[in-house]
Amino acid sequence: MAGLITALILLPLLGALCVGVARKNYARGIALLFNTITAIVCFLLWRNFDTSVAGLQMVERHVWIPAIGAEYLLGLDGLSLLLVLLTSLIFPFAFLAQSRSAGARGYCALMLVMQAALYGTFTAHNFVLWFLFYEMSLIPAFLLIKIWGGNNRDRAATKFFIYTFLGSVAMLLSFLGIYFAKGTFDFAALAELGRSGPLLDGNLAWLAFAGIFLGLAVKVPLFPFHTWLPDAYETAPVGVSMVLTGVLSKMGVYGFIRLLLPLFPREIQVLGPWLLGLAVCSIVFASLAAWAQSDLKRMVAYLSVNHLGYCMLGLFAVTTSATRPAVELQAALSGVFLQVLNHGITAAALFYYVGLLEERRGRRGIGDFGGLMQRTPLLCGWMSVAMFSSLGLPGLNGFIGEFLIFKGSFMLSGAATAVAVIGLLFTAIAFLRAMQMLFSGPLAESCSAFPDLLRREKWIVVPVTLLMFAIGIAPQFVFKIVNTTVVQMARLFA
Amino acid sequence: MTPTLQLFLVISAALFSTGLLAALSRRHAIFILIGIELMLAAANLNFIAFWRFGPASQNPTGVMVAIFSIAIAAAEAAVGLALVIAVYRHYRTTNVRRLDQLKG
Amino acid sequence: MNPWIVDYLWLVPVVPLAASLLILTFAGSRSKGAAALAIIGQLASLALSVIAFLPTLQEAGWRAFHNFTWFTFGENAVRIGWVLDPLTAAMSVMITLVGLCIFVFSKGYMAGDKDFSRFFAYLSFFSAAMLGVVIANSLLLLFVCWELVGLASYLLIGFWIHKPSAAAAAKKAFITTRIGDLGFFLGIFWLYGSSGTLLFYDGGKGCLEAAGLLAIGSSATFIALLIFCGAVGKSGQFPLHVWLPDAMEGPTPVSALIHAATMVAAGVFLVARVYPLFSLGAIDGVTPSLTVVVWIGVITALMASLIAIAQADIKRILAYSTVSQLGLMMVSLGVGGVAAGIMHLLAHGFFKALLFLGSGSVIHGCHDEQDIRKMGGLRKVMPVTFLTYAVGMMALSGVPLFFSGAWTKEEILHVAVHWPPSQAPYYLMLAGVVLTALYMTRQMIYVFFGNRQAASEKAHESPRVMTMPLILLAVCTVGLSAVVTPAWPWLHAYLSGKPAHFAMAQLIQPMLFVSLALVAAGIGLGVLIYRRAGEFDPFARSQPAFFRFLENKMWVDELYAYTVVGFSKIAAVFADWMDRYIWDGLVRALGAIGQSFGVLTKGVDERGINAGVDEGVIGARGIGRVMSAWHSGQIQTYLGAVAVGMLALLLFYAWLA
Repeated sequence: MAGLITALILLPLLGALCVGVARKNYARGIALLFNTITAIVCFLLWRNFDTSVAGLQMVERHVWIPAIGAEYLLGLDGLSLLLVLLTSLIFPFAFLAQSRSAGARGYCALMLVMQAALYGTFTAHNFVLWFLFYEMSLIPAFLLIKIWGGNNRDRAATKFFIYTFLGSVAMLLSFLGIYFAKGTFDFAALAELGRSGPLLDGNLAWLAFAGIFLGLAVKVPLFPFHTWLPDAYETAPVGVSMVLTGVLSKMGVYGFIRLLLPLFPREIQVLGPWLLGLAVCSIVFASLAAWAQSDLKRMVAYLSVNHLGYCMLGLFAVTTSATRPAVELQAALSGVFLQVLNHGITAAALFYYVGLLEERRGRRGIGDFGGLMQRTPLLCGWMSVAMFSSLGLPGLNGFIGEFLIFKGSFMLSGAATAVAVIGLLFTAIAFLRAMQMLFSGPLAESCSAFPDLLRREKWIVVPVTLLMFAIGIAPQFVFKIVNTTVVQMARLFA
Repeated sequence: MTPTLQLFLVISAALFSTGLLAALSRRHAIFILIGIELMLAAANLNFIAFWRFGPASQNPTGVMVAIFSIAIAAAEAAVGLALVIAVYRHYRTTNVRRLDQLKG
Repeated sequence: MNPWIVDYLWLVPVVPLAASLLILTFAGSRSKGAAALAIIGQLASLALSVIAFLPTLQEAGWRAFHNFTWFTFGENAVRIGWVLDPLTAAMSVMITLVGLCIFVFSKGYMAGDKDFSRFFAYLSFFSAAMLGVVIANSLLLLFVCWELVGLASYLLIGFWIHKPSAAAAAKKAFITTRIGDLGFFLGIFWLYGSSGTLLFYDGGKGCLEAAGLLAIGSSATFIALLIFCGAVGKSGQFPLHVWLPDAMEGPTPVSALIHAATMVAAGVFLVARVYPLFSLGAIDGVTPSLTVVVWIGVITALMASLIAIAQADIKRILAYSTVSQLGLMMVSLGVGGVAAGIMHLLAHGFFKALLFLGSGSVIHGCHDEQDIRKMGGLRKVMPVTFLTYAVGMMALSGVPLFFSGAWTKEEILHVAVHWPPSQAPYYLMLAGVVLTALYMTRQMIYVFFGNRQAASEKAHESPRVMTMPLILLAVCTVGLSAVVTPAWPWLHAYLSGKPAHFAMAQLIQPMLFVSLALVAAGIGLGVLIYRRAGEFDPFARSQPAFFRFLENKMWVDELYAYTVVGFSKIAAVFADWMDRYIWDGLVRALGAIGQSFGVLTKGVDERGINAGVDEGVIGARGIGRVMSAWHSGQIQTYLGAVAVGMLALLLFYAWLA
């Protein structure tokens, strides 16, 4: 099945072209059609993926620019496949979530370009190629916020762009430094070099580390590099918010797993307590800030920071601790992988629900609603499922990931984990406060004419919720994808 | 008195100076053209003289070049006269003092 | 050879779960079928529990389990399973039986509610989750069900969603218990990390068996205390007891099922389940963790029974009574009487459900009035309710001989008196006995005796569908006493895995007279004080300050509101503020620095570089003007210049040569 990954990347681009030349009213339909095709391709990839083999599969390797060590190198391992599947899952829903508004053509085309870039980012295994895709996703995101955003969109879009772009530039410089020292851009080769000895000498290593760290920390985002996120998520249109939180934020986590941790194990171990501190701050401060928000979308955005903080906690615990039993490493890594998937699904769903409420009310302040349970029980019921999933209720998807992350990191670095669980409490408080103010109490005058879930909305809500239950109750099908990769990576960090 | 190179050179210089004087001082364009022709003739004379008293006077190369030069001079004179006529038609004068379109 | 029920024990919780899902999916909001379905599910679950109960009778200490892999991460499997032993069997029979009574009662109590079906769906869901807690053979599975129980509790407390107070109480309950659960969560990880398994019993490899305990070693104390945090939250122990009285905002059947009989007892059950962790390395039956359990229990029990004296809401009195009884059970576990604690739990499940349903019947009869001062004289109007309530009251107060609660309480006192470190808990428990009798007598007098007040004017006896469960529970309360007396301590023996012997002579223990005297004192004091009680509480008149202290629940809520909650809220606002102004401010400051640099370079560009070029151009133009003046347009001048230049060159050449 050679060329399948290339096809996966090219299909959305082709779709973007088709959208560009098609009539305005067909734009969303075409985008969805191409998403169906990519979903099929993804499914084929999943079926052909051998879960018992570690390492890259379905590799496509071609010479590209030999002079600078750039290769066209695509491949899948468990983590890549997981993220590709997540991308294929979120995008159709993001398209469906957006109403057929004016200017849909450019919107759909840009979204498709971003989709292609994301597929590329998650499958490329050579830095030059990876960086190309990484940046390629940034520009559509910027335009989507800038053109179709809400209030304050210019400011938010500029902040988002400059912030992330600055990080990217720092990362690029660091990689050039590494390339001049080691002469390769290949991820696997670099990881091997990082394992066997210091990648660079002395201060140069710290400089390179700082550059890559900055680029990825902004992307994730890790406290205190997160301030672009609430603004961007708040103002972006619903579909874009879903993609931003569901998939784009995973690029940062992916980068940490793929690049920073394997390349700079020593630096991370030295800085370990500080990094863990940042992760814990991400968890605690973001959940506290979420509690204090009066805008629903902003609240969900902050909780996104909080949830990605758990991923960071797991990753830093893995690379910081002095003694590293394989069980705990595997637990933390599996937890992080699962959390990446779960957060993608759940946070996207939450943004979708906030979008539904905003569509009905025209505003989205927590205080703008009241007593919805009496008027729209179905909407409230399904939305509660997503909220409970996000606060880590067992039986839903969020719990499994958090359980494994905490299980691993507690034995690896107990103190940080013990503080981090406070985040679970504040997350719960933030959500329950929202539920109390939105759903209960007397029905607000302004909400008395709301329609309950419409049929087309049910088509989105039901499958996603069922997926949450499926992962929460029988997560084995997800673990099967990542298990060999987890074992391999745990060995890398041991 | 045998002709020497110096003699020819002196004649040629005189001829050249006459031509130059004519070109610089006359107001009429035709006379200026005549002055230019004189200077050309001086140059040709110089050329022939250097050939005749030079080391390779057996081959008629100098004469050939001089004839070539005279031919070009004739053509040039024709072009010059045509220009003068064209200028005259345009400006109704051939007095070069009044032809100052090139003024900066 | 295990009986088939061991492999199919999962059916016990899954049947009510299925009922719940069916109701949620198919039933209309007021469908009568919902109640029928829920009751059938509960009946089936009861039948299965009884079937599961039978094999545990065969021999003392019988235990069977069934484990399987839930999922694998990396190369490791997470295994869960269920266990069938006397503890599981007794608990599941109690839960399903009490649950059944309450389901039937609810059918009458909730009739006419617009969300009738949803109520039964939630109740069934709760029942399923609670049974899951009981049968779990893995701390992970137990925790999963534990959280689901909390969810059900949240949903049911906030069932009357239009009432803001209900929503607030639901939130408070969920969050307060979650605080405890965080400790529990950490305890799980610690246990998992140090023993390598979360299975309780796994053929010698489980974390409660010899090999597992050996691996845990000295960290057992911390693990046990962390797990105890969860129990403190769920069982409403001090200092996390504040949610339980507020939880009375839920419908009364919910209070009976969840906040009296079953869920709040889950904490006690949890401690009993992982008791080997608490008692690991015990010297003379005392470990640090168990000592903590004892003192938390003592504080809770005394505090709650004191507060109960000054409450006016019929359900709140019972709620505080529940808190205090749970404290008593904790004491029992702490001093080493696991079987006694569980026995009291079972007995308490029956009689407290009875009392709550009775209070529900009273509230229903008095048209949703809950203030006991506005009731009175209901004895004659509601005879069935009165009689059954009296049974419950006597069981709770500890009136000897016919009431199971009395015997199990006796049992606890027996264990407590022999606690090596101190006898203080024992004496404090005795004080608690007096207080319990006192506040129950007060309640009885206010509600059922005296003259009829405003709310009881138009009171009526509840319909049969509500009184039948009351009678059934009263029968259970009395009937259970047959197996808990010292003469034939069958239940004790069954729970602790020893054979039971019948010895009539053991029936009357010296301790019995002590508690008899104390109960008599409590009731007598109650009758004396409240005999002529009217609108004003006599106690409030004689000790107004102390009464107000108790009436306001010792101001614990206010204390929390001003300290923990207030602090957290400030922290939240602070975090938001930090984000907006410090972190984002830093970013903006960096941006501003960049921008000012831009302005600076723009200035340099415009004023410096660009201006220089402009000046240069102007200068060049001036020079050009001068030069162009030389160009007269006179061809002869030009030619002259050429000639002069030529001459100059020639002269120069000549000079060189």
